[in-house]
Amino acid sequence: MLNYVTSYLNSNVTPGQAGNVFWAFVYIMVVFAGISLAVVAMNWLERKALAHMQVRLGPMRVGPHGLLQPIADAIKLLLKEDIIPDRADKAVFWAAPFMVVMAAFTTYIVVPFGPTHAITDMNIGILFMLGVSSLGVLGIVMAGWASNSNYPLMGALRSSAQMISYEVAMGMAVVSAVVMTSLNDKGVGTLSMIGIVQAQQQQGIWFAFKFFPLGFVALGIFAIAMVAETNRAPFDLPEAESELTAGFHTEYSGFRWSLFMLGEYAAMIAVSSVAVTLWLGGWLRPFPNALSGSGWDFVFSLFPGFTFLILAGFAFLGVIRMPKHPYFKAETLGLAGFAGALGLIGLILFIPPVRDRIEDIYWFIAKVAVFMYLYIWYRATFPRYRFDQLMKVGWKVLLPTAIGVLIFTAVLGVTIK
Amino acid sequence: MTPVATSFFFYLLSGLALLGGVLVITRRNPVHSALALILTLLALAGIYLMLYAPFVAGVQILLYAGGIMVLFLFVIMLVNIGRAEKEKQFNKQWIVSFVAAAVTGLLFVWILTKSPLLRQIAQKAPMQLPEASNTQDVGNLLYGQYMLSFEIASLLLLVAIVGAVVMAKKRI
Repeated sequence: MLNYVTSYLNSNVTPGQAGNVFWAFVYIMVVFAGISLAVVAMNWLERKALAHMQVRLGPMRVGPHGLLQPIADAIKLLLKEDIIPDRADKAVFWAAPFMVVMAAFTTYIVVPFGPTHAITDMNIGILFMLGVSSLGVLGIVMAGWASNSNYPLMGALRSSAQMISYEVAMGMAVVSAVVMTSLNDKGVGTLSMIGIVQAQQQQGIWFAFKFFPLGFVALGIFAIAMVAETNRAPFDLPEAESELTAGFHTEYSGFRWSLFMLGEYAAMIAVSSVAVTLWLGGWLRPFPNALSGSGWDFVFSLFPGFTFLILAGFAFLGVIRMPKHPYFKAETLGLAGFAGALGLIGLILFIPPVRDRIEDIYWFIAKVAVFMYLYIWYRATFPRYRFDQLMKVGWKVLLPTAIGVLIFTAVLGVTIK
Repeated sequence: MTPVATSFFFYLLSGLALLGGVLVITRRNPVHSALALILTLLALAGIYLMLYAPFVAGVQILLYAGGIMVLFLFVIMLVNIGRAEKEKQFNKQWIVSFVAAAVTGLLFVWILTKSPLLRQIAQKAPMQLPEASNTQDVGNLLYGQYMLSFEIASLLLLVAIVGAVVMAKKRI
């Protein structure tokens, strides 16, 4: 038994490929917990960042700087009465949120956090990812229809039309990146997520900068289409509050509603990690060519620790700036403890064996975090599209551009190589 | 990696597929039928995976379960469901249908046990593409050996698209 557990540690493949059930289970649990935590953090960060962009304070009451607000919200949602409308289709109404959450979380099976840090690697990785994430719209459609109400139905219809339109452009952009993976000696590409990153490593260039500006345009198309796919502003027509109350989840409340939120944020992280994997080099560190050599390798491997130390520094600054009134004593102590924990994590990340193992995960998460911040930024910046404008952008701008990029990539790939 | 509990998963998936298929024809509500059809399609994707055809399984999920069924649901939601629920679901052709089903079943049994063609196929080892290069091999076959049939299929789809546009637009 112990032998079975330790034998995996010497292998250099993912637990799914090694067929090691124990480690696959551990990885699944870690990824599940990590994504749930990221969703909670994203919830807080979105409200804070949005508030500061609009010159407000955002959540300030629960915990220092509202840090405990997501936990308070979660408790509130769990304790709320679970309401199913009388005329709703009970079974479908019940199943819809689970469909959304399952579709969003299943995609993480193939997300490559590092060369061996993925639950498994499939030969059809990116295809699996796109296929399963497209199942999420089924949950939205089910929710909208089962509510037996007009606004949710309109939201669901909008959502399905929007997702199908943007999936085409998205798929074309993905194909152009997959074509780039085949530009090696054998001329054989790959759909595996790990294989795609390794292809970028071999070719010594991230696909976003390959055949400039073709790769960059493809990334742009994907980055726009993925916002539409996840129903986020400025493409959040399925839940446009000024027209449809809350869109497809108008009739949902409490725990079921929070499942929709969980699924939405998990899907956002999933599509961001697809973009990072396909165009931004996945777990590879930046500037592998310009700043190469063991010295720079060492410098870049210190980044994870310093990131946590800087965060800890901000938290300590908060402790110092806390009002000295005895009423704030508990909050000050809590924030100091939080800062200490962050600093401790930062120090642990400097230990060489930990540093080597964590570096690829760090770079992957850092790149995904950039996209997550962009989501918030879009929401604060752009007004919502009208539905005909949305369709026009999808079919008349993005799709032709994506097909053009695909053709030019193929032609350049054959001629230049 | 060697497969585990193959027979269990085979019976589970085929059971799910059959259950979905039965639900599709017995549910009164067309939306429920469509959802049951999705269950069947997903179970079939799992069976393709068991047959070492991951590419087909992925395409099954992406196109059928994720794309076509969403359009199905989209159309069903636009029609009046209240009326569809009141209409009679089965007509009174029990004898004819039983005879047809029995004959088809007998045909299947006969082919399985007696047919020389099937025996020939059974003697040949089935073509197995290695999992690591499955997609690449399917691509080579589609764009190499079966190029013509592939292009004919895409032409058919183009005809369907043009037909749909002509029907939908009053003035082109």
